[in-house]
Amino acid sequence: MRYLPKSPADRKAMLKAIGALSIDDLFAPIPGEYRLNRDLKIPRQMAESEIVDWFRERSRENGDGHVTFLGAGAYYHYRPVIIDSLISRGEFLTAYTPYQAEISQGTLQSIFEFQTMISELTGMEVANASMYDGSTAAAEAVMMAARLTGRRSVTVARSVHPEYREVLATYAFHQGMPLTTVAFAESGRVEPKQLENAITSDTACVLIQSPNFFGTIEDVEALGAIAHAKGAMLVVAIPEAVSLGIVEPPRSADVIAMEAQSFGVPLGFGGPYCGVIATREQFVRQMPGRLVGQTTDRNGKRGFVLTLATREQHIRREKATSNICTNQALIALMANIFMTVYGKVGLKELARQNLAKTAYAAQQFGRHATVLFSGGPRFNEFVIQTSEDPYAINSRLLGHKIVGGLPLKKFYPELGNASLWCCTELTSRSMIDTAVGHVADSERSVRSAREEPEEVAR
Amino acid sequence: MKHMTRKATRHVNQNEGLIFEKSSPGKAAWKLAPLDVPDVDTKKLLGSSERRDLGNMPEVSEIEIIRHFTRLSTWNYAIDLGMYPLGSCTMKYNPRVNEAVSRLDGIANAHPYQPEKISQGALRIIKILGDCLLEITGMDAITLQPAAGAHGELTGLLLVRAYHDSKGKPRKKVLIPDSAHGTNPATAAMVGYAVENLKSNAQGMVDISALESQMNDEVAALMLTNPNTLGVFEQEIHKIADILHAKGGLLYMDGANMNALVGKVRPGDFGVDVMHLNLHKTFSTPHGGGGPGSGPVAVKKVLEPFLPKPVLLSKPEGTLGFDYDRPQSIGRVRSFYGNFGMFVRALAYILANGPDGLRQTTEDAVLNANYIRKGLEGVYDLPYSSASMHEVVFSDKLQAKKGARTMDIAKRLIDYGFHPYTTAFPLIVPGAMMIEPTESESKEELDLFLEAMNAIAQEVEEDAEIVKTAPHSTRVSRLDETAAARKPVLRWKP
Repeated sequence: MRYLPKSPADRKAMLKAIGALSIDDLFAPIPGEYRLNRDLKIPRQMAESEIVDWFRERSRENGDGHVTFLGAGAYYHYRPVIIDSLISRGEFLTAYTPYQAEISQGTLQSIFEFQTMISELTGMEVANASMYDGSTAAAEAVMMAARLTGRRSVTVARSVHPEYREVLATYAFHQGMPLTTVAFAESGRVEPKQLENAITSDTACVLIQSPNFFGTIEDVEALGAIAHAKGAMLVVAIPEAVSLGIVEPPRSADVIAMEAQSFGVPLGFGGPYCGVIATREQFVRQMPGRLVGQTTDRNGKRGFVLTLATREQHIRREKATSNICTNQALIALMANIFMTVYGKVGLKELARQNLAKTAYAAQQFGRHATVLFSGGPRFNEFVIQTSEDPYAINSRLLGHKIVGGLPLKKFYPELGNASLWCCTELTSRSMIDTAVGHVADSERSVRSAREEPEEVAR
Repeated sequence: MKHMTRKATRHVNQNEGLIFEKSSPGKAAWKLAPLDVPDVDTKKLLGSSERRDLGNMPEVSEIEIIRHFTRLSTWNYAIDLGMYPLGSCTMKYNPRVNEAVSRLDGIANAHPYQPEKISQGALRIIKILGDCLLEITGMDAITLQPAAGAHGELTGLLLVRAYHDSKGKPRKKVLIPDSAHGTNPATAAMVGYAVENLKSNAQGMVDISALESQMNDEVAALMLTNPNTLGVFEQEIHKIADILHAKGGLLYMDGANMNALVGKVRPGDFGVDVMHLNLHKTFSTPHGGGGPGSGPVAVKKVLEPFLPKPVLLSKPEGTLGFDYDRPQSIGRVRSFYGNFGMFVRALAYILANGPDGLRQTTEDAVLNANYIRKGLEGVYDLPYSSASMHEVVFSDKLQAKKGARTMDIAKRLIDYGFHPYTTAFPLIVPGAMMIEPTESESKEELDLFLEAMNAIAQEVEEDAEIVKTAPHSTRVSRLDETAAARKPVLRWKP
């Protein structure tokens, strides 16, 4: 086996040194009745060339060469080449969690920079080293708010990503935490009045998302004011990190649960991604996940260490703030490099391109179909309502190697033939025009079918 | 250094400040393609939601970024540089073909919501990996959704709870041996279970009579690591399972130490009802400085209805899809389908090994641990004489007499060119030194490690101070962790 660095003679010499006659002696502690005396029924050992071929085949079966209008919590942005060059360095790729600070300063300093940039972008005072993804970050942020307020229930906006809400429901159910939902209005946003009615004296926090699942920017300040007036915290989920380049961060939030996938992380069929929690300094001791802090060595030299470990499972065991251990360090490094590449000016310009492409697309689609929730500002997603089932339109678009917007029936049956479309800097005008053309054709044929019902019957 | 090390030599490495300290207005590492749609008035579109200032984000050029991160990288130890004897962490070689195939276009750029019709490649990867893991563990059904080991534990215990709920009551307690990982009690608490400690016997194994007296119909499950954190196989595992099952409890296995078992024995065959695996340990996906991981959970038939949604489905026409109609499911534990990129890598590892390679891997891992045990026995105290599987736990008892503790010896290893072993864990061994070499080490590397450990023991006798103040060869000396925690500085400020 090519990964194993031993010759038969090495193995023999080592067994001899141990004083064992054969390798079986070392497995003697396992009761004989349970020992597996056959080969595992898995594929035979393959050559590297065969492995590459096998996965190439899978890649071809998997939408290779398609362009996409899908967003909904996973965004297709350009990834600068240097991200993979740098994260492929073995010293980053194959290092362990940086508990041994003296030989982990590379990882530690880069996480410290990551925490700084996330804090800057979210407008919060501190950010952690990462969480599994945006959905679990949101669930853990809600738990954090419950610990901080000593209250038990949570109010969730229905405009939060449906899968984030599902994850929260799983976490909350077994913590005995009641969940209530607040609806979105015609505008696609949460109405302050409605939120006010949903909050009780037991509400630990309100969870909203902005830009929300429909791409619409919530009136965060107004919602925050209402939550705070009733003694509840405001937790804001941000699944589209690029929005922070041009959309004002939710400064009235107490906790922000972010998904940093947009910052240079491949779509990868849903993961690995990179969740982050950011908050105010006063709440840091209730924050889950790892934190890197600055300190000095014996000679007064600046250095970085994992800190505030007394919140964590390996010290506090059942009294820890969370059970989280391994998180997403290498993915955070991708995001870190991405943020460094674009920086103060580039992130803004990148976000501006997303805004422009989306504004153009929404306007073009709007000439043929209904664009929902047009009242509020949006970032890079919008919802259209067609006369025909969006699955049917998408299936025709797929013939042009274009993946259309996400049909919303599964998550929001009340919206009928609605679908959620996303444009990024990688969405070309011709792609938009082609998709708009298909929607226009669809509307025309539905209209003519309505006008000439007898012809359809024939 | 009195005892010269053959493993490492000091050499110059570059200094580097924080990226913010290199920033100045007007530098850039980005260039966007010209906009092919009309430009927009952002103020008009966003109104008061428009952001004007991005604060202290850096402005630097591409070469500066390359040098910045390359310089930082050289300050890290890594498996690519040498042995990582971290007990319970299974720091093995991360094959590069895994990385190559995970970056193929159709795999890296697949959107999780793209139509099933153009997702058959990804679904097939999920299917085959799942089938392989079921065969390896001897279990009946699996979910790949959990994002890491601790997340797998959470999922596993939610399944346990749902199972008991379906029988009428969720029960109140989870039994956890005193040698367990900290994630076990933290997880039990998250699922709303009280944690009851189960003490180990003189051999470091589960005390059967204690288990018998603590087991009752309020106990939902026992969370057991096997081999346990001493690297010892629980020989009476069948009795343990029987005691639990007789009173309706379930046996949860923490799969952190699965590297000792693959291809040799299957947890499903010795009574385990639910277990998690760590793809970033046993199945070679890179640790990446602390993630991403992946923590699949495998279960026996009785727990299958409760698995997280969605579940992979083989359709009659031969294609694969997801089944969302799972009325008894615990729900979702993560968005989408889990850390798919890690599934790709783990499957590439399994295919590169095949049945013979996986068995040889396990045998070499156990051989390496026992070789280290033999080489250090007598030099360091071995608190439990039970046979070792893939890791061995010594204590600092002999060296502590001279004032050198496990952490000091660990830090001194750094000067000898090695990463430290796991210190002060498991908690049942005062001054624990937990060593897991994995199969990835050659005899030459192991001999260097033994040489280093022997030299350090001798140093403790001759001049303990040099050990107590180690490391002496790193960029920074021991860092003030107390100050870091007392007045936390968690971000740079201008």
